[in-house]
Amino acid sequence: MWIALSYACWGISIVLALWMLFDWFKVDTTYSEGVLTSSREGELEAVSEKHRI
Amino acid sequence: MTVAVETAGTAVNGGDRVSLLRVLGPAHVWALGVGIVLVGEFTGWNFSADKGGTLAALIVCWVVGLLYTSVAMIDSEVTSTVAAAGGQYAQAKHIVGPLMAFNVALFLVFAYTMLEVSDAILLGDTIVAKAGIDGLTHNSFIAATIVVLAWLNYRGVLMTLNVNFVITAIAYVSIVILFFSVSPWTQGAVLKLNELVTPGNALPYGWIGVIAAFQFGIWYYLGIEGTTQAAEEVRSPARSLPYGTMAGMITLLIAAAMTWYVCASLMPWEYLGITPYPLWDAGKLTGSPLLENLLFVATLLAAIASANGCINDAARAWFSLGRDRYLPSWFSAVHPKYRTPYRSILFLLPIALAFAFIADLNQAITFSILSGVLQYTFMSINIMMFRKKWPLGSIRRGYTHPFHPLPAIVLFCLCVVTYFAIFLGFGSQLIAMIAFYFLISVWFHFYRYKFVRRGDQFSMPWPKPQGY
Repeated sequence: MWIALSYACWGISIVLALWMLFDWFKVDTTYSEGVLTSSREGELEAVSEKHRI
Repeated sequence: MTVAVETAGTAVNGGDRVSLLRVLGPAHVWALGVGIVLVGEFTGWNFSADKGGTLAALIVCWVVGLLYTSVAMIDSEVTSTVAAAGGQYAQAKHIVGPLMAFNVALFLVFAYTMLEVSDAILLGDTIVAKAGIDGLTHNSFIAATIVVLAWLNYRGVLMTLNVNFVITAIAYVSIVILFFSVSPWTQGAVLKLNELVTPGNALPYGWIGVIAAFQFGIWYYLGIEGTTQAAEEVRSPARSLPYGTMAGMITLLIAAAMTWYVCASLMPWEYLGITPYPLWDAGKLTGSPLLENLLFVATLLAAIASANGCINDAARAWFSLGRDRYLPSWFSAVHPKYRTPYRSILFLLPIALAFAFIADLNQAITFSILSGVLQYTFMSINIMMFRKKWPLGSIRRGYTHPFHPLPAIVLFCLCVVTYFAIFLGFGSQLIAMIAFYFLISVWFHFYRYKFVRRGDQFSMPWPKPQGY
């Protein structure tokens, strides 16, 4: 049973790794670099916090 | 998850920025912090008994508990104000400066990646020990742990931390069940503390053994500060982060005390100090197959929860470095559907696998501890500068820690003691790591910093600091 579990672990690892690589390729070819890297730090704070006491 | 994905889609189609999702609450913060740490009760802390005896393991449990309570209080105050992914990195950037921030981010990435590696090795070794079959190696279990958890992190933070909450709670409850199953209120029936810990063997190496035990005493709580990495993804950072972090610290103090009491009452210090599975062994020693199997499963779950939280935190620290161009901005990409730092997760995945396959467990743990202690040293200095530049009343704080500057001084002093303890056991690794951080700092200062957009990196709408 443990040997079978070991092979199953290799199988799951390979399948999920390939899925992530495929999704990575799909996303990078679908969206522009500008959109993907558009996140900015502190956006919520800039909108909602004035820091006036 | 459905809500998260729909929101993400709207963001992209509407031409807005793609950013991390604010979907987490205090329970997720607790799950992240305690999830990373709880594995330390299942292995790691007990090596302090090898350094200084069973009583030394108890002394460092409380003293290091004081260190981490200071960490949790200081972290809660600063993070409730600097609510950004990267946690301590973002704090350092705003309060100390870019070079400190770059170093702190590397401390974070190393501490969490090496802890993830240690967790995966522990899980593999535990399964191999349970199976007891010749020819079965831990490699497949290590690979599955790291890849499956990376996939989970890739698919979204909400599901990742929901899973962490459930498995951390199960592992924690198993410690509670073990504690009450051995009749902790009576000695002699199952527990034999007064026979196993005597004045003659309580501190076999004297007080220097207590100092040496600090190195592994860190394992009782290592990683609780990881809660701050969720700052950009919690719905209410000013409330959730202090609440989740402090609740996590209280939970861990209780778990540490129960763990020490049961293990010290069942195993002699000579064995307790070298076994890789103190709680699983405690389950076996009760003679109950149910407890033995429960603690075996709990050991696996604790390792999985820790590795899961570490992947989450290391990826966010790396992502933050990319977003500020401290590293190539390519790393700052956010998945438009799952809203996770997917390139950072994928980049760190083969690194963790490589270390897990080639590194020794002790070396991985030591790298993690060293990076953690460097980070705590920074935190003690950081809070002093924070209170000086932005005193109480000048800026909105979600939480204000009491007795300032006492926690910062206590934290700094205990870090110095821990450096000495690490030097006693792993002096060459300590010197090698300090040299590494020095060289990488030189590289950042003279080469990398010219790529940073200096005006963009300070994002908090704070007033000018006092004295500037």
